[in-house]
Amino acid sequence: MKKLKLKELESCLQQVDTFESPKLLLEQYPTRPHIAACMLYTIHNTFDDIENKTIADLGCGCGMLSIGSAMLGAGFCVGLDIDGDALETFNSNIEDFDLTNVNMVQCDICSLSDSMSDTFDTVIMNPPFGTKHNKGIDMIFLKTALQMAKTAVYSLHKTSTRQHIQKKAAEWEVKMEVLAELRFDLPASYKFHKKKSVSIKRDITEKMLR
Amino acid sequence: MKLLTHNLLSSHVPGLRPGGGFPLRIEAAEVRERPVPFNAAFVSRLVPRLRWDALREAAESLGRPSELPPEPTPGYEADEEFLRRLHHVLLEVEVLEGSLQCPDSGRRFPISRGVPNLLLTEDEA
Repeated sequence: MKKLKLKELESCLQQVDTFESPKLLLEQYPTRPHIAACMLYTIHNTFDDIENKTIADLGCGCGMLSIGSAMLGAGFCVGLDIDGDALETFNSNIEDFDLTNVNMVQCDICSLSDSMSDTFDTVIMNPPFGTKHNKGIDMIFLKTALQMAKTAVYSLHKTSTRQHIQKKAAEWEVKMEVLAELRFDLPASYKFHKKKSVSIKRDITEKMLR
Repeated sequence: MKLLTHNLLSSHVPGLRPGGGFPLRIEAAEVRERPVPFNAAFVSRLVPRLRWDALREAAESLGRPSELPPEPTPGYEADEEFLRRLHHVLLEVEVLEGSLQCPDSGRRFPISRGVPNLLLTEDEA
C-alpha cells in the first residue's frame, strides 16, 4: 500500500460528491475535506486505527469519512445512514473512486441500540449535532458507537457539549482525553479508555464547533 | 452487500430475545462477483471474529457451498489457499438485489443496488 500524504488525501477527498439537496431535519452537512483528511490522517498515523481494520461510519451521509478511510488502507468499511438519497450519492462516489472494500447499510442509528456490539475495530463519525428537534441524538450516536467499536471511536462534536460528554463518559465508564483542536472550525478532540477488565480500549471523540 | 457485512448485521426489531435477529436469512435475486485485492493479513485477522456457521449458511444460500470447510483449518494463518477462498466468499461475492429475513420476527428487509435497508416503520420502532 503506497503511503498517502495528508495533502494528497485532502485533494482526493475534494472529489467526493456531497449532498445534492441537504435535508435540514437530518442536519446534513458534508464533513469538509480538510477536516476529514486531518482527522483520518491522525487516526491512521498516530493511533494506527485504520489500516487493515474494520471500520463503521455512523451517519455516513455521502461517505466522506468512509472513502478517506478506504484510501488510507482500511481492511473494510461499512457506512450506515438513514437517508437513501445520501447513500445513492455514496454509491456513485464508490464507483467513481473504484473502491472495492466499502459497503453501505440503510438504517436508523438511533434504533440499533446494542444489536451490533463489538462488531467493528474502529468507529468514525460526524454525527448530527442534535440542534434541530433531535436533541440528544449526538449522544445516542456516541453511545451506539462505543458499543459497536472494539478498539476506538472517533467523532466530531460541538465544543459547547464538551462538559456534557465528559459527564456521560464518566457515567459510561470510559475515560476521555482531549486530542486536538482544529483552528478554523474550533474543534477539539478527546480520547476515551474503556474501563473493561484488563484490556484497554481507546475511544476518541473529536469535537468541533460550528 | 458483501458476506462480511452480512456476518456483522443483525435485525434490530424491538422485542427480540437477547442475541436474536441473527443471522439474517438471505434471499438473493441478483448476485455479483467482483475481484477485490487480496490482503492475507486482514483476512487472517478476521477469522477468529467471524460467525463461521452463519457465514457458511450465507454462502450456501448463494449457491457457494463447498468453498468453506466446516470450521477454519488449523494453522489457517499460513494457509494461503484457505485465506484466498475465505477472501473470495467474504469480499468478492455481493448480493445486489434481494432481501434479508429476520430469523426471529420473520420481518423482511429489502436489498436494493447492493444496499440492505434495515429501516423499521414508525409502528415497529
